[in-house]
Amino acid sequence: MHTNYMLFLLFFSVAPWRPVVGLEIHAQINSNSKIFSGSQVQFIAPPNSLVSFFDASLPGTLPVLNRRCVEAAVMTGLALSCSINKKSLFDRKHYFYADLPAGYQITQQRLPIAVNGNLSYTFCVGAKQSQLVTKNVRIKRIQLEQDSGKSLHNDARSQTLIDLNRAEGQLRVDANVSVHHPGEPYGVRTEVKNINSLRFLAKAVDYEIQRQIEELENGGTILNETRTFDYKLGCTIPMRDKEGKQDYRFMPEPNLPPLILYDAKSLPANIGDQQVVNIDWIQERLPDLPSVKRVRLVEQYGILPEHSFTLLNEDGLMEFFEDVVRETQMNPKKVIGWVISELLGHLKQYDLTVKESPVNSLSLADLLNLLERRVISSSAAKQVLKELCKGEGKTPLQMVKEKQLELIQNQSELDQICQAVMERHQEEVMEIKAGNRKVLNKLIGLVQRATERRADPILVKQILEKKLSQ
Amino acid sequence: MLRAALREVSTALKEGRVSPTELCQRCLSLIKTTKFLNAYITVTEDTALRQAEESEKRYRRGQSLGDLDGIPVAVKDNFSTAGIETTCASNMLKGYIPPYNATVVQKLLDQGAVLIGKTNLDEFAMGSGSTDGIFGPVRNPWSYSRQYKEKCGQNSRLENEDSSWLIAGGSSGGSAAAVSSFTCFAALGSDTGGSTRNPAAHCGVVGLKPTYGLVSRHGLIPLVNSMDVPGILTRCVDDAATVLGVLAGHDPKDSTTVQDPFNPFELPSVIDVSKFCIGIPKEYHIPGLSSETLAVWSKAADLFENAGARVIEVSLPHTCYSIVCYHVLCTAEVASNMARFDGLEYGHRSNIDKSTESMYAATRREGFNDVVRGRILSGNYFLLKQNYEKYFIKAQKVRRLIANDFVNVFNSGVDVLLTPTTLRDAVPYVEFIKEDNRTRSAQDDIFTQAANMSGLPAVSIPTALSEKGLPIGLQFVGHAFQELQLLTVAKWFEKQAKFPILQLQEMLDHADALSHQKISLFS
Repeated sequence: MHTNYMLFLLFFSVAPWRPVVGLEIHAQINSNSKIFSGSQVQFIAPPNSLVSFFDASLPGTLPVLNRRCVEAAVMTGLALSCSINKKSLFDRKHYFYADLPAGYQITQQRLPIAVNGNLSYTFCVGAKQSQLVTKNVRIKRIQLEQDSGKSLHNDARSQTLIDLNRAEGQLRVDANVSVHHPGEPYGVRTEVKNINSLRFLAKAVDYEIQRQIEELENGGTILNETRTFDYKLGCTIPMRDKEGKQDYRFMPEPNLPPLILYDAKSLPANIGDQQVVNIDWIQERLPDLPSVKRVRLVEQYGILPEHSFTLLNEDGLMEFFEDVVRETQMNPKKVIGWVISELLGHLKQYDLTVKESPVNSLSLADLLNLLERRVISSSAAKQVLKELCKGEGKTPLQMVKEKQLELIQNQSELDQICQAVMERHQEEVMEIKAGNRKVLNKLIGLVQRATERRADPILVKQILEKKLSQ
Repeated sequence: MLRAALREVSTALKEGRVSPTELCQRCLSLIKTTKFLNAYITVTEDTALRQAEESEKRYRRGQSLGDLDGIPVAVKDNFSTAGIETTCASNMLKGYIPPYNATVVQKLLDQGAVLIGKTNLDEFAMGSGSTDGIFGPVRNPWSYSRQYKEKCGQNSRLENEDSSWLIAGGSSGGSAAAVSSFTCFAALGSDTGGSTRNPAAHCGVVGLKPTYGLVSRHGLIPLVNSMDVPGILTRCVDDAATVLGVLAGHDPKDSTTVQDPFNPFELPSVIDVSKFCIGIPKEYHIPGLSSETLAVWSKAADLFENAGARVIEVSLPHTCYSIVCYHVLCTAEVASNMARFDGLEYGHRSNIDKSTESMYAATRREGFNDVVRGRILSGNYFLLKQNYEKYFIKAQKVRRLIANDFVNVFNSGVDVLLTPTTLRDAVPYVEFIKEDNRTRSAQDDIFTQAANMSGLPAVSIPTALSEKGLPIGLQFVGHAFQELQLLTVAKWFEKQAKFPILQLQEMLDHADALSHQKISLFS
């Protein structure tokens, strides 16, 4: 007789969630004048002092595209391995806001200048931060657009003040977040605005992911809304003044013809390089990208990969390191430690950038040369560097002399001291002669003490060994 | 002297037969006398006299700047003029004084032209009658001409005249009336759907719409950026060519102007039209066309044929779609262009300041007339995400078809098209306002707006007087950037047509009568 058992296995499983994050990054182009008007770009200028007729949206004014902005966009696209669109278009994005005088923003919605790139990035993990993990992020598109003005809200007087200079805020990020179960379609996304630092970006994204997961697991739904990040509370909250979805009524910008870029193949014979933007010309002049630089540093100097990251992550540090290497006989593999562990450590302590370092590369090179020539010991060098970082303006040699840190090189002087120590510690001498070599370190230590650590430990060891073998 | 062509005046100035100051003063005086025409919004008397004085100094030194030096010109009030109020006949810009000159204005001034005033228009150039501006309608000078009065059996009772005056056409009616009434030798208009050619036809003057991209729009307060061009109004074709020579050419401030160098030209004095092929588009023979205008058009075609030109019927098959297509694209761009008028940076600002939004809404309600607001609403509707494909994209595709119609016809050997400019001669104001602005524009733009859709150059030439003694104009449409050929054909035709000069005296009598009337009121 068969009995069919049907076993119902009920189990609650928490299916894994996969978050998807998209970042909208607004980066201000480093140019002398603005993208569509002739007016200047200048950091920290009095409000409304850099406003051309076009910026103020005076009727009858027309946009004129700034060549340098186009070149910058192409360079960025190339650096991020994008395809550069040889033809791209400009559009108007309409909405009413006090910092948008024309009532629309000129942007590139339909066909931007570059698409489909990627950026690979590496970061350190592990206990000693020595394990490298490489990841890849897709760059969907790069588009040129107008920046809006700046508005300052004075709630006390129910006023909003507008500055149309548009030179502040070099980098702004909005984050788009959604979650879904792997294998299922993407979830509804929210947009998080008002993020003004990388640290808060991480917090905002983490918070939003968690919030969405909790909401969905509790049977709720995610609204396609815009939220703002409250950095005091560490959470995202819905933005109240967005009533319903905005319809931007995109329309082609009729005053700007399609932007046509050329490369070596498509460039007509009779047109010079200066009349058009030539993608190949820009490609040739691209500086080495960080990944290329890192490989070179490792190959050329024999340093560790994680060191190459540090060198490039600190502005000016790579140049500093290479300058020192050039000026010193010390092996770069040893120099790197001095630059990264020692010098950089001190700079961080005083909250200084490499460019603000009280010790310049020549100075450090001098110091390392003293060490190489065994004028001073390693510990003395560390001491000197520490002092130099206080910024009193002395040279390494001056500091060494001041603190009397020179190693005693004089053979007969050392000989006398060693002799004296040996005579005072007959027991230890006996032990060493009996075979206990470890005690030799004690004798070396005693000589060091006697000389206030100014004895070259290598020489001391040699002298003692010679004496002990007599 | 005031009736003379530019060239003649220029020669007279050089020869010292008249001085720039005299010329300027005469024009200013005539403007005062013909104030009832309401052609001018601002008369820049002091500036003009100063400019005339400068010109005079140059002539005395024998250093005239060119053909336009010392010549009084007028500019439509939608062109930015530095230090001079620019209103677009709208409350929104009443009191707005721009800090810069439109490129075309600057070019005129650089040639020594004397800016005599800013002319009246439909608000923001929206309209075909110059009747919908805040400063009131423009009166067609021909309303007071001997030709009109004779034909209409008018008695000289003032009340009749005052209520039966005719529209000047639009939207550059003020500029057309100014040139027509001899208060200036040339005027700038703008042309988006016919706004220079329409009033030119009604006022009996030459109205030229250059190729899109030939003349800078920097400083022209835009209606439809992809169709607007500065227009030129003069009393003869040669003068139009002279002014074009000053205005045309690439402007770095306007990215839609072509980079090719422009060579100013002089029209030949002897013209042989037998080498030309004139196209007559059959779709322009529509029911609404008045029999008079049709007759004038036919006669013109015959004229060319008799002179040995090849005159053939051609087809522009998408003509019937152009009004609707134009309406969608025009209102969409209007909605966009008017978005900047929010009361914050310049122009009218409402007193309502409870919130930014309420200030915007009140400012725009107070600042714009119904016509403008109507177009903004329509335009925004067409630009909504759910409508964009259906309306805007569709209209752009139809626009391409309309433009291709012309390309095909011109590629088949036709040099110039000959069409009517308007359906009929000018109607009385009281009749015109019976229909709303949109209806009128749709009717009146029918022959002219295809040239704006396709960017082609077109010119209206005063041809003959109607039975009422009013001007009828005919339009020539040419190949892109072939203004030389277009104006050559037009000049030949102008010579054949021998359009009569407006008989001014009655207008001045009217002015006297008006002032007498005033005196009698007070006596």
